Amino acid sequence: MKIELTRRYRFSASHRLHNRHLGEEENQRIYGKCNNPYGHGHNYVLAVSVSGAVDPATGMIANLGELDVFVEREVLEDFDHRNMNADVDAFRKKVPTTENLCTEIYARLSKFPAAKLERVRLEETGLNSFEYTGESDERNIP
Amino acid sequence: MVYLTRKIEFSASHLYHNPAFSAEENRRIFGKCNNPHGHGHNYVLEVTVAGEPDPVTGMVLDLKELKDILQKEIIERMDHRFLNYEVPELVGQIPTCENIARVIWELLEPRITRGRLHRVRLYETPDLFADCYRDGVEGAGQ
Repeated sequence: MKIELTRRYRFSASHRLHNRHLGEEENQRIYGKCNNPYGHGHNYVLAVSVSGAVDPATGMIANLGELDVFVEREVLEDFDHRNMNADVDAFRKKVPTTENLCTEIYARLSKFPAAKLERVRLEETGLNSFEYTGESDERNIP
Repeated sequence: MVYLTRKIEFSASHLYHNPAFSAEENRRIFGKCNNPHGHGHNYVLEVTVAGEPDPVTGMVLDLKELKDILQKEIIERMDHRFLNYEVPELVGQIPTCENIARVIWELLEPRITRGRLHRVRLYETPDLFADCYRDGVEGAGQ
């Protein structure tokens, strides 16, 4: 049997979907109101799933306190209450769609030393969610 | 293949304490989960069974049968109990979400005779859950 542990976190951030290599009209056509010039925000819910052997001494795959500190430092501090286009280096040139947020967050959290990162799931709203398990090519639109 | 999920809830108390650790170590590793008299949660359990629907009944397995198994194996054993002291399968273990999910898997797996047990998901809170899968089965996402 394989065991995974999932923890949910929240952050609130703003973004604008705009590809600087495309014209204004094309951006408007592709991204619609997500292309409005001053951006807009969401309450994101991030679910982080890790797997590994359960340590018999602690009963844990990974100490939740350590995971919380790691996620806080690697993701939440950088994203929460930020404008992602302006404040997060990775999105100065990359469109901050939730797909791209997923791959960026996965890359950051895959360095968690105490357990194997299985997947990240990001809810942009209660109706939109995206998952990334790290197995496909990263072909992000610049 | 069709996946059928049934959800139940139970309420129980627990504490995390490893007698092999010093008082300070227990406090450092387990934090407030080490408080000596324990604390409680409303656990939510999702049990997923995979199988082909029977051509006569249209069912993977009879939901009533699954309900009876969950009542007997889980509710009667764990609901309104102190997991460390009153659930024999957990005595001597740290009753983390991971360990409780594993015990639930081991209790249910031999009892599911129509279809196969696919996943046990145990929520300790809405923001923390553990998943058990059969070996070799990849996580099916959220």
